[in-house]
Amino acid sequence: MQLTQRLITCAALTACLGVPARATAQQQDTTRGVRIGLTYQPGTKPGVVVFPVSGAGGDSLQAIVSRDFDYGDRIEVIGGDAVQETARQQAAKNAVDFTIWKSLSAAAVVQISVTGSTAHVNVYDVSAKKVAASHDVPVSGAPNTEDWRMSVHAMADQIEQWITGVHGIAATRILYVRGNRIYVIDADGFGEHPVSEPGTVLAPAWSRDGRTIAYSELVRSGWNIVIRDLATGREHSVTTTPGGLNITPAFSPDGQWLCYAHGDENGTDLYIVSASGTGAARRVTVGRGSDNVSPTFSPDGARLAFTSGRAGHPEVYTSDVDGSNVALLTPFNFGDQNYRSNPDWSPDGRLIAFQSQLDGRFQIMTITLRDQTVKQLTSEGINEDPTWAPDGRHLAFTSSRTGVKEIFVLDAESGRARQLTHDPGARLAAWSHSTSAP
Amino acid sequence: MTGKTRLLPFLLLAVSAAVACSHKPPATQPAATPGPNQDSINAENARRDSIARADAARRDSIARAQADADKLRNAKDAATKALTQVIYFDFDSDALKDDARSSLDAKIGIMNANPGVRLRVAGNTDERGSDEYNLALGQRRAAAAKRYLTDHGIAGDRIDIISYGEERPVATGHDESSWSQNRRDEFEITAGADQIKGAP
Repeated sequence: MQLTQRLITCAALTACLGVPARATAQQQDTTRGVRIGLTYQPGTKPGVVVFPVSGAGGDSLQAIVSRDFDYGDRIEVIGGDAVQETARQQAAKNAVDFTIWKSLSAAAVVQISVTGSTAHVNVYDVSAKKVAASHDVPVSGAPNTEDWRMSVHAMADQIEQWITGVHGIAATRILYVRGNRIYVIDADGFGEHPVSEPGTVLAPAWSRDGRTIAYSELVRSGWNIVIRDLATGREHSVTTTPGGLNITPAFSPDGQWLCYAHGDENGTDLYIVSASGTGAARRVTVGRGSDNVSPTFSPDGARLAFTSGRAGHPEVYTSDVDGSNVALLTPFNFGDQNYRSNPDWSPDGRLIAFQSQLDGRFQIMTITLRDQTVKQLTSEGINEDPTWAPDGRHLAFTSSRTGVKEIFVLDAESGRARQLTHDPGARLAAWSHSTSAP
Repeated sequence: MTGKTRLLPFLLLAVSAAVACSHKPPATQPAATPGPNQDSINAENARRDSIARADAARRDSIARAQADADKLRNAKDAATKALTQVIYFDFDSDALKDDARSSLDAKIGIMNANPGVRLRVAGNTDERGSDEYNLALGQRRAAAAKRYLTDHGIAGDRIDIISYGEERPVATGHDESSWSQNRRDEFEITAGADQIKGAP
């Protein structure tokens, strides 16, 4: 919220001065952002009309882009039959009547036409009554194939950036566990398919470029970490610490390292090995018989947050990647058997999401690293294992609110939640890091 | 000379009898019904008695052998049961409770009497808690049992451990009665299961 406000103030200022908007607080490149609509206020989403799309797969494309805007929670899609009929007429005449859209409080109109493997996108600023952005965007594959859908998502994310200044998260994917398989699903809930062989599998993680995943698998000697290339299906195990527990892998932001928990008869500690899972493992934590699991890297790769039972019950700690400067992050009440675990460091570095037990049920919380302010995000059912979307605003997590475990997506800013998976027993979600999935 | 002369009629008789035998079936004397011969009855009875006694003796010895085998099997069953007896834990704890210690003490006696026996300890948790942290907790529970056994003289290489976390519940309810059954160490005999003797 604070960030958004700051961004908007910044945007308003730069707009007055007539220089391109430039955001520094966000990781995303927002220099190409265009300011649309004078009514864009904090907490108010700009209204956008998506015109019917001409060309191959146009209806699907319009539906996907509109849904992506809706799920992104930064744009209010103005829809309805009357609006679509008017939009259809204007699109046919290729003439945008700004007066009508202004009366509907629209800030922008999006017009897309597909020719071959190229989509031409026009974004109109309703207040200024002019074209604000006009670009050709590649569309790959035949309509409604997985590749095509992903390229449409990427287009929607780009358009979202032109309108709001922030890249969307539609072209991302989420890994999760259901039954004896790791599955992947697109951020809009389509394209779900297994990406591991059947077995007892847990704790999937994405590489930074989204090309490989790591997860742990139960074998006779214990738990192995498996690294799998998604395109080829080729797998290999991390054999640096054979036997016992090898669980909860996490790739470093620069893609160079893999941090995971290794457990034997003397407790479970974090180790770091090269991202390929070969070579010598470097020990990070010295738990002295306690459990240290579920590592997550800070965005700059310099620090780790993890769950540790060193105080007698699980709490979230941070440390440098070499294991020094350990600090308790989550404040606990003395004498209380609290339980706080499964941290995930936000992409902007400011927050850590985690799960905390309240009245015997886990809920998703965030804590700021600067002043350790805790915010509770869920209250319905049991909610566990949060994972940040690359926009640092949405989270996916396991929720039992429907009576069975499913993956839900939550907009941490508005509190809006939607159900991502629709088969019972989904858990342990991991959101891809890249905003442009391969 | 006289001896020879006196033997001769007998020899002749014997020869004629032998010749008779070789040429026709032995005389059955159907006309002359034999009277009850007490001696042969006694002999027959004695024969039958001795067969019965032998049968009884054989039955006894089989029964004894079976009883011994049963006893051995019962002892083996009891030892196997004691070795694989599950131990239970409190929530988020790897501390061995009193009944867990007694169960492990029984295992120690049997393992000492059976040097060929090896065990695999599997640590399990209830569904509460983090799926990931529970793997580490299960590992600690299995390690706690192993440490107790090795602290009491059992060689460490006879015991291996594994954690299933909350992945293999025995009770699937969502209340304490199920949770308490799931917070456990299970013991699997991985070697020497066929030859197990009871503890002396």
